Amino acid sequence: MGLLDREFSDGNIVIAKTEDLLNWARLSSLWQLSFGLACCAIEMMATSASHYDFDRFGVIPRPSPRQADIIIISGTVTLKMATRIKRLYEQMPDPKYIISMGSCSNCGGPYWEHGYHVLKGVDRVIPVDVYVPGCPPRPEALLEGLIKLQEKIRHETLRKKTA
Amino acid sequence: MKTSEEIFNILKEKFGEKITGFETDLPVEPIITVDPLAIKDVCLFLRDDDDLLFDTLMNLSGVDDANGEKTKDEEGYDVISGGTLSVYYHLDSIQKGHKVTLKVSVNRENPEVESVESVWRAADWHEREAFDMFGIVFLNHPDLRRILMPEDWDGYPLRKDYKNPEYYQGMKVPY
Repeated sequence: MGLLDREFSDGNIVIAKTEDLLNWARLSSLWQLSFGLACCAIEMMATSASHYDFDRFGVIPRPSPRQADIIIISGTVTLKMATRIKRLYEQMPDPKYIISMGSCSNCGGPYWEHGYHVLKGVDRVIPVDVYVPGCPPRPEALLEGLIKLQEKIRHETLRKKTA
Repeated sequence: MKTSEEIFNILKEKFGEKITGFETDLPVEPIITVDPLAIKDVCLFLRDDDDLLFDTLMNLSGVDDANGEKTKDEEGYDVISGGTLSVYYHLDSIQKGHKVTLKVSVNRENPEVESVESVWRAADWHEREAFDMFGIVFLNHPDLRRILMPEDWDGYPLRKDYKNPEYYQGMKVPY
């Protein structure tokens, strides 16, 4: 037992590192930009609904990018949409995180060869933290992607943003 | 209720040379071909005539017939010169319970078709889509802009000799 523990022995004070506290706060309240693109968005909505309940991980949809911490790219990113996604991403305040959900947004998916209008992976315009494979991924897969992201945030340091 | 052949005969009597043909040897329903600059008058008649009353435009779609001369450019891509683009009109009469299909063909280099937006409002977006995908120009359309692709897009994607772009606004397009 250290000295500080004895100083605060009444049990009302918890001592933690600033980094741990910030990371814990961040990973426990990932407010999500209310934004969906294609069939993956249907699975994302199912994940938000009562059965899978995104809210128990602190994920709440926000209608404005200025109040959002995370954007889930859930579906086919057309070139026309890519310019808008870039703008939405730039409007989000730091720290901000991105989950790329499904094959389309990972690498173009079924449109990889003949999709003249499809961006072959959203990571060509914005930096992705976690890729969730699937076409579309089930809600369980998206939840695992979110938990992976939370693990990344848990080990962030103040000096360097890793996620 | 009238068959396509009866409708063709009515139109032929009314418009004469402007009705250019009647295609029956098809796996689908018979198709009446019409002069592209007369299609609006024909459609207006089909809508308003008491025996026909085609009150609904079910579908309007562009088609690249790709029946021109095919050559390869230096990179090995198809280039089609000459031939036609077509527009198909699928009409339905809810009151009379009959249907008919019309078609106009225009040459690929100067594809101009009279708009039927003033006959059925549904044609507005359909014609914009045919313009966006095939470059078919609809004369007297009130708002002929691209509807799906971005406004600064080059080319018409559903033409058979369309070549995919390398870059769009700095984003690489091929895989």
